[in-house]
Amino acid sequence: MTSRIHGTRRTGRAGRTPRTPRTPRAGRAGRGARTRRAGRTPRTRRAGRAAQYAALAAYLVFLGFPLLWLLSTAFKPPRELGSLHPTWLPEDPTLDNFRQAFEEQPLLHAALNSLTAALCAAVIAVVLATPTAFVLARRRGRLATAATGWVVVSQAFPFVLVIIPLFLVLKNLRLINSMPGLILVYVVWSLPFALWMLVGYVRAVPPELEEAAAMDGAGRLRTLVSVVAPLLAPGIVATALFAFITAWNEFFFALVLLKTPEKQTLPVVLTHFLGAEGAADLGPLAAAAFLATLPSLVVFAVIQKRITGGLAAGAVKS
Amino acid sequence: MTSAVAAPARRRADHGAWFLVLPALVPILLLSVGPLLYGIALAFTDAQSGRTAAAQWTGVLNFQDLLHDRLFWESFRIGLLWAVGVTVPQFLLGLGLALLLNQNLRFRWLARSLAIIPWAMPEVVVAIMWRLVYHPDAGVLNETLSGLGLGGDTDWLSGLATALPAVILVGVWAGMPQTTVTLLAGLQNTPHELHEAAALDGAGAWRRFRAVTWPALRPVALSVSALNLIWNFNAFALVYVLTGGGPGGRTRLPMLFAYEEAFRYGQFGYAAAMGCVMVAVISVLLAGYLAGRLKGDDAR
Repeated sequence: MTSRIHGTRRTGRAGRTPRTPRTPRAGRAGRGARTRRAGRTPRTRRAGRAAQYAALAAYLVFLGFPLLWLLSTAFKPPRELGSLHPTWLPEDPTLDNFRQAFEEQPLLHAALNSLTAALCAAVIAVVLATPTAFVLARRRGRLATAATGWVVVSQAFPFVLVIIPLFLVLKNLRLINSMPGLILVYVVWSLPFALWMLVGYVRAVPPELEEAAAMDGAGRLRTLVSVVAPLLAPGIVATALFAFITAWNEFFFALVLLKTPEKQTLPVVLTHFLGAEGAADLGPLAAAAFLATLPSLVVFAVIQKRITGGLAAGAVKS
Repeated sequence: MTSAVAAPARRRADHGAWFLVLPALVPILLLSVGPLLYGIALAFTDAQSGRTAAAQWTGVLNFQDLLHDRLFWESFRIGLLWAVGVTVPQFLLGLGLALLLNQNLRFRWLARSLAIIPWAMPEVVVAIMWRLVYHPDAGVLNETLSGLGLGGDTDWLSGLATALPAVILVGVWAGMPQTTVTLLAGLQNTPHELHEAAALDGAGAWRRFRAVTWPALRPVALSVSALNLIWNFNAFALVYVLTGGGPGGRTRLPMLFAYEEAFRYGQFGYAAAMGCVMVAVISVLLAGYLAGRLKGDDAR
């Protein structure tokens, strides 16, 4: 499951970027003053710094080496992939793996399926969730508590318990192996989290604005559409993008619900490369895997700050 | 939780509000709460793929069978090992890193940007990437190890002893960035003045952590670990693509077992019963998490 986001809720201060430097810049300059204050000698201080940099370097290696290896493999010609002593960087970089990946599997078609599923799911989820989020944010009662509780719970139960009945229901509706069926599942699956994010965004909009609109004689819907919605727009976009990535990366539901290759989404098609495990397939496999990541990386880069801010806010306060 | 709400806003929440709630709540009830209940009901039947209409109530038979299913308990044990084995390092490493990234270090930006990548990657791609790393011949791990003179011809994912640790390492890699970023954000919510005051009083790094950082971070740390534990217990895609549950079931997590039971062997009722047992375990974790969270709220 891809919604590996801690059950979070956005609050007003949620949009914050995690920036640290609240300490004065303590690079090489200004070390003396701080050292004395902490009651430590410059030497232990310097050793501490060195240890910190060593730890940071270890982290970067741990985080970076699989990524570099994926990239490197994607650009290696078969001769180098078959070599007994693979090198870190391709000696003779080639784009052949990418061409071959497209020839071996219907990648373009799969990407189109993924795009359709993710776009539809994101748009529908946000359209359905926004009005509800509006009510839940402004009303605190049993309903709102129950809805919030359900968000936490729904993130936690094993999908297998839900997918079996869903499979049966969708089968009766003849929606197995069909895009609408998958989209339906994705919408429902991303709704709780979309609700949670949006409730936070709505709470950040001052209620006074709505009261003012009501004074001017605007009805509830009118207030929502012309006063609140424009202020909510960035939050709505972030929520939609998040739902998009979640669906784009999703594997389990797609694996169960989509049977024929021409219906399958990108993550499922990627696993077909693993079928015959010859060394010759490693290049195209890496190339395809790399391509499949690009869209979510781009989207994630755009909304990253909002998500991390929301994470903190949600994790701190329920 | 119920903080001050502007009274007029509450009064305006009339029955009109219900129409705004329905668009999201109806699908959730029909397609999420409904299937959950249906799934629990299926656990008490002998439903099988292809003949669900003829399914009979069998009471607790499925659960009795589960009780005697050695393979299921084995997968349950592996699931717990995996969940704890991933969550604990995820938390400890994540905390260490968050503290590190909270310092003024050069290249911190690089670490932070890189940290986002595993999080955005599809799990299938993460698994494929690590298969390339672990590959017995063309993999970078063996090549590096042999370069260091430490063996270098281990088939990590196929070895009976190495498969589970190898898979756990991938789980840590994939989930650590998110843990780190959350903890880092939590750290930045702790008031800096307290640190400075403690430092002025001559408190060392450890004492400052114990007395200032940790109390402020505790609620975040608690939710992160509890939710990580639950998600890791429910993991599927990563291990499915890495090993498919092999070798010899050594990495067959409960979700993989239930998936196979349901969609390979068509035993819907039996798989649903497994799901119920998993829900029961998770409920305990979840209850602990919510209780801890409420306590954390009181403390604030």
